[in-house]
Amino acid sequence: MLSIAILIAFALVGTAFALTLWRLLIGPSAPDRILALDTLAVNAIALLVLFGIQQDSTLYFEAAILIALLGFVGTVALCKYLLRGDIIE
Amino acid sequence: MVELLTSALLLAGALFTFIGALGLVRLKDFYCRLHAPTKATTLGVGSLLLASALWFSTRGTGLSLHEVLVTLFLFITAPVSAHLLAKAALHLRMKSLAPKPESSTAAT
Amino acid sequence: MIRRLLPHPILTPTITAVWLLLVNSLDPGQVLLGLFLGLAVPLFSLRFWPDRVQIRRPLTLLRFCGLVLYDIVAANLTVAWLILRGPARLRPGFVEVPLELTSELAISLLANTICLTPGTVSAWLSPDRRILLVHALDLADAGALIATVKTRYEAPLRQVFDPC
Repeated sequence: MLSIAILIAFALVGTAFALTLWRLLIGPSAPDRILALDTLAVNAIALLVLFGIQQDSTLYFEAAILIALLGFVGTVALCKYLLRGDIIE
Repeated sequence: MVELLTSALLLAGALFTFIGALGLVRLKDFYCRLHAPTKATTLGVGSLLLASALWFSTRGTGLSLHEVLVTLFLFITAPVSAHLLAKAALHLRMKSLAPKPESSTAAT
Repeated sequence: MIRRLLPHPILTPTITAVWLLLVNSLDPGQVLLGLFLGLAVPLFSLRFWPDRVQIRRPLTLLRFCGLVLYDIVAANLTVAWLILRGPARLRPGFVEVPLELTSELAISLLANTICLTPGTVSAWLSPDRRILLVHALDLADAGALIATVKTRYEAPLRQVFDPC
């Protein structure tokens, strides 16, 4: 039963990934694209967690933590750039 | 029993993640789109991680609380990035469906 | 002496707990390393947090956390329903919430809480920290929203963090 649930979850998160990618491509503004990138990072964490359960391995959490950290720092840096026109002052 | 609970949490989490992305595509202006990922995705990934913690904790190799860390991190950072994005959008004077109050137009 | 060695008594156990979660084990060695980090990190990052955090009523804080967790789940169901129902029937709007909180930590916690709960995102804080601009996804009654934020979230935070 778990394997079926994982398959359905994979399909749903994969579709979510594709939809977010669509928003990233059509924009229309810079904040929209940043928001899409942030959501992509979160979706990637979801995919990694699902993959970890499917492969029965806890190794993927380090990758999930890294993606979470980098996604957050990237979003903050890009927002700061929009707000100030400069990242390091 | 554990398998049932894990499956239910996985499906709920994936559904919320999907609805979050759907909102990102469907809603009409940026400020509305901002709501979809910050809420739906946080809880979506939160319940996926909860499912994972439950699954690996009951495998006989001891408690697995790794996932709590990622969940906490997401719940702390998601509002911060949402707030910064909203601030950036106000700063760029992006058009919105809702009328903006006077004082915020002075925001720089 | 104790004050100089332990500038942030709350930060030390938090860092230790985070370290133990990160390595996912309870080995004595890891506990020792976590405690060392918990003691060393506050000492070296003291410059960024000069003010000592004080929690006045831990029970109120705990109840507040429970309330927020419940609201997050409720918020998700509401927002999911709003998205599925379609964007045409949404009534988005901006609301200005006047703040009574003074401490920086309390204000940032309030802004974070608003972002996590029903259909609202905190968008902007006035430079004098008196007004928080909030965007609501489906705004039926601005006065009711302000009243909810003030009684449900701001009041407990004031009791816990603000000097009075």
